[in-house]
Amino acid sequence: MRQFLLALLAVIPALAFASESDIPLDEAKVDLHNKASLQRGAQLFMNYCLGCHSLKYQRYNQTFEDLGIPEELGQKYLQFTGHKKGDLITNNMPAEEAGKWFGNPPPDLTNVIRVRGKDWVYTYLRSFYVDDSRPWGVNNVVFPNVGMPHVLQELQGVPTKAYEERMVDGEMKDVYVGLKSDGSGRLSPSEYDQATLDITNFLVYMAEPMKLEQRRIGWYVFGFLLVFTILAWLLKKEFWKDLK
Amino acid sequence: MFKRLQEWMDARIPMTKTWNIHLAQYPAPKNFNFWYLFGVLAMLVLVNQILTGIWLTMNYVPTSDGAFASVEYIMRDVDYGWLLRYMHSTGASAFFIVVYLHMFRGMLYGSYQKPRELLWLFGMFIFLALMAEAFMGYLLPWGQMSYWGAQVIISLFGAIPGIGDDLTLWIRGDYVISGATLNRFFALHVIALPLVLVILVFLHIIALHEVGSNNPDGVPIKHPKGSIPDDEKPKFKFHERFTKKYDIADAIPFYPYYVVKDLVGIGIFLFLFCYVIFFNPEVGGFFLEPPNFEPANPLKTPPHIAPVWYFTPFYAILRAVPDKLFGVILMFASIVLLALLPWLDRCRVRSIRYRSALHKLNIAMFAVAFLVLGYLGTQPATPTSTMFARIFTFLYFAFFVLLFFYSKREKTKPVPERVTK
Amino acid sequence: MSNAPVDKGRRRFLTVATSVVGAAGAVGVAVPFIASWNPSARAKNAGAPVEVNISKAEPGQMLRVKWRGQPVWVVRRTDSMLEGLDDHEDRLRDPHSEEPQQPPYAKNRYRSIKKEYLVAVGICTHLGCSPSYVPTEMEEHIEGVHAGFFCPCHGSMYDIAGRVFEGVPAPLNLVVPPHYYEDDETILVGKDKGQA
Repeated sequence: MRQFLLALLAVIPALAFASESDIPLDEAKVDLHNKASLQRGAQLFMNYCLGCHSLKYQRYNQTFEDLGIPEELGQKYLQFTGHKKGDLITNNMPAEEAGKWFGNPPPDLTNVIRVRGKDWVYTYLRSFYVDDSRPWGVNNVVFPNVGMPHVLQELQGVPTKAYEERMVDGEMKDVYVGLKSDGSGRLSPSEYDQATLDITNFLVYMAEPMKLEQRRIGWYVFGFLLVFTILAWLLKKEFWKDLK
Repeated sequence: MFKRLQEWMDARIPMTKTWNIHLAQYPAPKNFNFWYLFGVLAMLVLVNQILTGIWLTMNYVPTSDGAFASVEYIMRDVDYGWLLRYMHSTGASAFFIVVYLHMFRGMLYGSYQKPRELLWLFGMFIFLALMAEAFMGYLLPWGQMSYWGAQVIISLFGAIPGIGDDLTLWIRGDYVISGATLNRFFALHVIALPLVLVILVFLHIIALHEVGSNNPDGVPIKHPKGSIPDDEKPKFKFHERFTKKYDIADAIPFYPYYVVKDLVGIGIFLFLFCYVIFFNPEVGGFFLEPPNFEPANPLKTPPHIAPVWYFTPFYAILRAVPDKLFGVILMFASIVLLALLPWLDRCRVRSIRYRSALHKLNIAMFAVAFLVLGYLGTQPATPTSTMFARIFTFLYFAFFVLLFFYSKREKTKPVPERVTK
Repeated sequence: MSNAPVDKGRRRFLTVATSVVGAAGAVGVAVPFIASWNPSARAKNAGAPVEVNISKAEPGQMLRVKWRGQPVWVVRRTDSMLEGLDDHEDRLRDPHSEEPQQPPYAKNRYRSIKKEYLVAVGICTHLGCSPSYVPTEMEEHIEGVHAGFFCPCHGSMYDIAGRVFEGVPAPLNLVVPPHYYEDDETILVGKDKGQA
């Protein structure tokens, strides 16, 4: 019931914005309680993304603590930039140079989920395809003419736009049926989906590291308000007896 | 012990007297309904904004380089900083919700009519100060929406013929919105406007307690001396300030009766308020807009700029007009007309309960127009939406024009002598 | 208006109960406001423990590091400095370090883990000036003592174990911060051994 009410209240305003993007996004079924997924996501991010994209508003040790990663392990396996454990998660990418390499400097991703939404990020990571007209040889379905190479190619393999011959209005036509990998990557398609979901999950955490704590406190506050409001209501009834 | 302290204080400042005049012996009509809750809620939110605002300034950095990062610092590094910040951001929207409902209550029950014109005007000034406060506060996080929203609204002043360009330059203090703009907005947001707001709220309440509260029947509770039989007078003691010149009927002391009633309302309000703070602080992008989680970038406009929801009805009116100057004039007129309500409404009957069907329809039309304009203001402008915006802008203004003409000879229902129920 | 008798007990109970719950709520609301004044994550990380490499310290030399914005001294004491420590104990306020100015492992005559190295916060316990290190000429300030610390602000004096002398304004011995030896060459200042 709880979940249902929360979901209902969350959906109502979302409806107003539902028609923003024309490409249908896949739902990222993220779970902030799934520490294993968050840890895998953190590792993937630090290995593949941090070189260009910082998380410069968040600290390493806070992240380790929230994700249940022991500090020594975190420092050994997740900190590659020569930082101390209490430092912000920055990288050594010089912003101006990077702007020249990629067209725009790679954005900080601390809040990317709050800017674009989890489904967008999840779909984006799975929407690269070969396009020789682009400087990096790849393009992206949800972010046309993106200035970024497909850094996860060694995991996914080389994805291309797939077409199938189908009957359309009585004619045979090539119809776009989605993206297909050539299978040269280290991961199978479902493993790749999971890996990108893990990264998305990690970024969802990153955008609001206090979210679980927030909800936990919220239920206590509701409990308090219930007691208070009932008492106030009884008190009101008691006093208003005078006026009957 | 307390008794002696009280006497000592009362000999020096009017402590007990103030308590009695404004609370314990203040006659409030006995028939307030839930519409009468929003005044006290506005007060509660004001206190919330001031307290959380003071605490936010302790870690906020008002420079173009530091502002965005300092907000994230508050959210992530300061103990409970996220809570203080969400209380403030949610409070901003909550303020407008309760104030809009409070104003609409005034319209429903004719609370702006004589002798409450000045009370209504103070309220309108509060509304203006609140809009300025909210607008300047919205620049402070220095996100994309902060920046471009301020850009658009400051440009409105550029529509003024002759001095427009110089005026916008003067407001910004730079050729674009910059650290100079941020600094002056910060100063106005954290001290100047709150001070103005608090003074206006004080005057609003003083004016209210001078003329007394209206009520859902719109019938006065003050009657000529001697017109109310003793057995029909309330059994409560009211301050002689109220009973000297009039017989008071159908009233109860504000304290304790409305205080305990308001507590229940506050409890229910806090459920909604806390739901937003703890479970849904963005409210689908209405309370906190997604582009504002990206730092301000003067070289890149977000694809769709919409002001925060509480400005959107007026923004929709602005956009509906194809001429820049006329659009600005119409937008300001939409607010000025509200302030003129006490003189536009020439009917002697206050409450909607006893007014004509035409008036009921007119008010309903106004409410619908306001809501639809509010919705349209959040959406990107398309030919269809612009057409709708024009229709509802027309209806919005039609409300005032119609009211002015029919109210003089309105067919009203018989108004009871005394407050009902 | 009814004249039904008022149930005074119930009314009083509800008034008190609502007030108490309301007051508890007010205390709850105060928590984030009060807690936000604690050192933030940034401040805590800036005040994180510091490593001091002692391999290059000559006998008699003092190393200064900054920990939580305060000077921390690491003094490599010579044998003659250490030998002099028991000569003047009758003139000290707190010769046996009874006051909690040091972690338990530094509660000894040398006020240190290893005799040779003194680790102390270089802030006078009087009014917060930073005393000067006087490796040999302490006799100028106090008779019969060769090495110690002298505070130029108000003339407080400490011996080479940071113990305060009687008859000076400072009330307490110098603070020994939590620290431990990571290895023979490195001291970590700001943390006890084994502490998370």
